[in-house]
Amino acid sequence: MSQIPVIPLGDVLLVSIQGELHDAMALSLQNDVTMAIEQHGARGVIIDISAVDMVDSFLGRVLAEIAACSRLLGADTVVVGMRPAVAITLVELGLTLPELRTARTVADAAALLGLWVPFQTPRTSTAPPEEIDGGSGTRDVS
Amino acid sequence: MSAAGGTAARLPILSDADLSLVRQRVRAKAQELGFGLVQQTKLVTAASELARNTLVHGGGGEMEMTEVTQTGRHGLRLSFIDSGPGLADVEQALTDGYTTGNGLGMGLGGARRLVHEFTIDTAPQRGTTVTIVAWASTPVDSPVVRR
Repeated sequence: MSQIPVIPLGDVLLVSIQGELHDAMALSLQNDVTMAIEQHGARGVIIDISAVDMVDSFLGRVLAEIAACSRLLGADTVVVGMRPAVAITLVELGLTLPELRTARTVADAAALLGLWVPFQTPRTSTAPPEEIDGGSGTRDVS
Repeated sequence: MSAAGGTAARLPILSDADLSLVRQRVRAKAQELGFGLVQQTKLVTAASELARNTLVHGGGGEMEMTEVTQTGRHGLRLSFIDSGPGLADVEQALTDGYTTGNGLGMGLGGARRLVHEFTIDTAPQRGTTVTIVAWASTPVDSPVVRR
């Protein structure tokens, strides 16, 4: 199985975990993120777990350790997109990971980090973040 | 437990890849039995913790998965069986933060909180069997009104 991509995006690294994460992949991710921080001079790490349907104590520990390593290298880590069922399960498991910063979306995380991220929309007060048009959502190419 | 058991499936737990397979199979079966999303996630997480214990502390083993039915509700019984060194002190092992490995010590006690029934059978040099049962939150065969 291939590794998880770590994408440099302005001052941050974007890590999007897609689907099933083997233990070995989680450990190599820790290594990859740490190396990438140094290589790209990143000051923030955003880890998107919206596609992850289960976080057990092992994966929780790996996420916390990635954040701790990043911190030592001068980069803040924000975990985004945790599913509600995952959050409920983690709390009952007894794993609230207070050292891990979280946000709902990548855009929220970027705002929280206050770092430059390409395509980051300027935040204006507390306006609703997205206003999707009510159209069909499909685009005709005729 | 007086639940009637269905057919049992056995899965080996001998590697990381087997942990993934355990999670996938438990999730698929829980979905099939009508578990809600939160219930599924709790059960899969508990299974992941216990399967990892079997692998790391028990030196490998297997999981036995059985459908159970009791007064109209459906559930899943999972047994994690190893023939490893066993636990000398079960109460201590169930305490949050207690760990002999490199985890956070949430595995056993945490897994117990995620399911409805939890039993542990262990003795030094005899191995460990942890059995959990989780029930679908709503009876699958409850009357559904359609018109």
